[in-house]
Amino acid sequence: MTPAVIELRAATKTYPGGVHALRGVDLRVERGELAAIVGPSGSGKSTLLNLLGTLDRATSGEVRVAGYDVSRLSDAQLSALRARHIGFVFQHFHLAPGRSAQDNVADGLLYGGTGLRERRSRARTALEEVGLGHRIGHLAHQLSGGEKQRVAIARALVGEPDLLLADEPTGALDTVSGALVMNLIRDLHAAGRTVCVITHDHDIADSLPRRIRFRDGEIVDDSGAAPAAPGSPLEPTEEVTR
Amino acid sequence: MSGPALRAARLSPADVLRVGAEGLRSRRARVVLSALGIAIGIATMVAVIGLSTSSRADLLDRLDRLGTNLLTAEADRDARGDEIKFPKSAVAMVERIGPVEHATATGAVDARVRRSDAVPEELASGVTVQAARPDLLDALNARVDQGSWLNRASERLPTVVLGSVAADRLGVTAPGAKILLNDRWYVVTGILAPIELVPTLDRIALVGYASAERYLGFDGHPTTVFERSTDASVEAVQGVLARTVAPGNESGVKVSRPSDALAAKAATDEGLTSLMLGLGAVALLVGGVGVANTMVISVLERRQEIGLRRALGATRGSIRIQFLTESLLLSALGGLAGAALGAAATFAFARAQGWTTVVPPWSLAGGLGATLVIGVIAGLYPAVRASRLHPTVALSAT
Repeated sequence: MTPAVIELRAATKTYPGGVHALRGVDLRVERGELAAIVGPSGSGKSTLLNLLGTLDRATSGEVRVAGYDVSRLSDAQLSALRARHIGFVFQHFHLAPGRSAQDNVADGLLYGGTGLRERRSRARTALEEVGLGHRIGHLAHQLSGGEKQRVAIARALVGEPDLLLADEPTGALDTVSGALVMNLIRDLHAAGRTVCVITHDHDIADSLPRRIRFRDGEIVDDSGAAPAAPGSPLEPTEEVTR
Repeated sequence: MSGPALRAARLSPADVLRVGAEGLRSRRARVVLSALGIAIGIATMVAVIGLSTSSRADLLDRLDRLGTNLLTAEADRDARGDEIKFPKSAVAMVERIGPVEHATATGAVDARVRRSDAVPEELASGVTVQAARPDLLDALNARVDQGSWLNRASERLPTVVLGSVAADRLGVTAPGAKILLNDRWYVVTGILAPIELVPTLDRIALVGYASAERYLGFDGHPTTVFERSTDASVEAVQGVLARTVAPGNESGVKVSRPSDALAAKAATDEGLTSLMLGLGAVALLVGGVGVANTMVISVLERRQEIGLRRALGATRGSIRIQFLTESLLLSALGGLAGAALGAAATFAFARAQGWTTVVPPWSLAGGLGATLVIGVIAGLYPAVRASRLHPTVALSAT
């Protein structure tokens, strides 16, 4: 059995001052899934995103991403894990304004040990994949919001990550651009990629195959893995491990 | 159940440079201003070193040309405070010292110099009169600026040659003018160029021995003896000179080596150079603080970028080296500009002074080396700070 892309067992996160952001979360996301993690602000979904992205460590419990036990990895190894296995898409894009779309996307490979020439050619391919083949040489600040987010998505997927994490990907976009970006995400899922969209928007969440609802640091509802990607096994989403 | 061992990739040196340069490229005004601080410091130091080296090279050139083998013996006061007198035969006696190649003398003449009889006698002109032998000019390596020097004929006549300052003070601009020595009209036949070895002679009106004895009541006793010997024996001659010119009265003789004064000038310049170098170092230090400040602010402003890079897989080490590289590039930029500026300033100033430009390569290399050290020191703290930012900052910031 191939390992799940995401596997959380009784994961908790407590911040200094006694704030319990996550209270024992069990979650499993299989390869090829497209899942929405939805909840109001303060529900703990941002904390979950940090754990899934290995930007932060759980206080207790187990977090496995792409098969790696995060708690056993050093800071440098976590960096390597992010460089090779996780792609991030942010609400505010985080593109370098004065640089071309291609260079911004190529930066997605910078820390994976790829040479400049290959980074550039793969960036070109990734931009074509998100429908921006005609914007390769444009500077980031010359692009529209929707185009910026598509560049950011290209940057996230240029390294062929096991997991794409999108944090409110439509939060800074108008309705039309937002719909385009969501279509793109659905296309990526259809092509076999694993995507987690973190959002507070129920309409967006309802348009995705699987919905994991959060409140007060706990999963209150999980629609369960849908058989979206062919061949991906259906697993129980919550395992009793305590 | 775990995948293959994870190992973070290292950025290639070219990528490190590219990422560092990228950070500077997007903030040009700030880069120029903070590099300017470094540039000013380095330019100061390079220019100071270049100018002092150029001026010292020029001084050595002049010493070479003028020779360091000239000694003078001046009649001064003896232990009882009485003015001593050299015998009339002093020059002949000095010539009898073995290594001495050439000796001559001047004698102070008690005469008042006036531009014309319209000037009241009490008004001092600041010019004194000395009787000189015709071979004085050769002995001093001096030359006539205008007109001619004393010769066998003119040294008996009421003719006078003025030092450059003396001519200036009397308002004589060309030979042919007449001036009054005591109550006797003298014709100016020549004006000397500045005498570098014995600048005191610039303020003097020189007349021939015979003329001075005949018209000005000169007693014929020399008061200053000049001699040149072989270079190797200068010190030996210096030891016996006083005894030779004034036997039994040595304590009243002031023996000196005029070239020592020039060499001393080089030494005092060195003191000034150290001071200026110190100022340059302070400027450099301030420049370094400027770079550190720029980098600290940069880290604060770029928290999102740092977080993004961490999310893209940058290790703490790559963030550290990115900011260190930026700081290094920033100060190296300033260093290069400063070295060029300093060399250009040296060239311009040396040209204006008529010196050959000498910019020692070690000063350029040292300046650039110093900027690299400053770059590292200024960048270390901000770089460490940047690398310690939590990876979640990109997500939490708006």
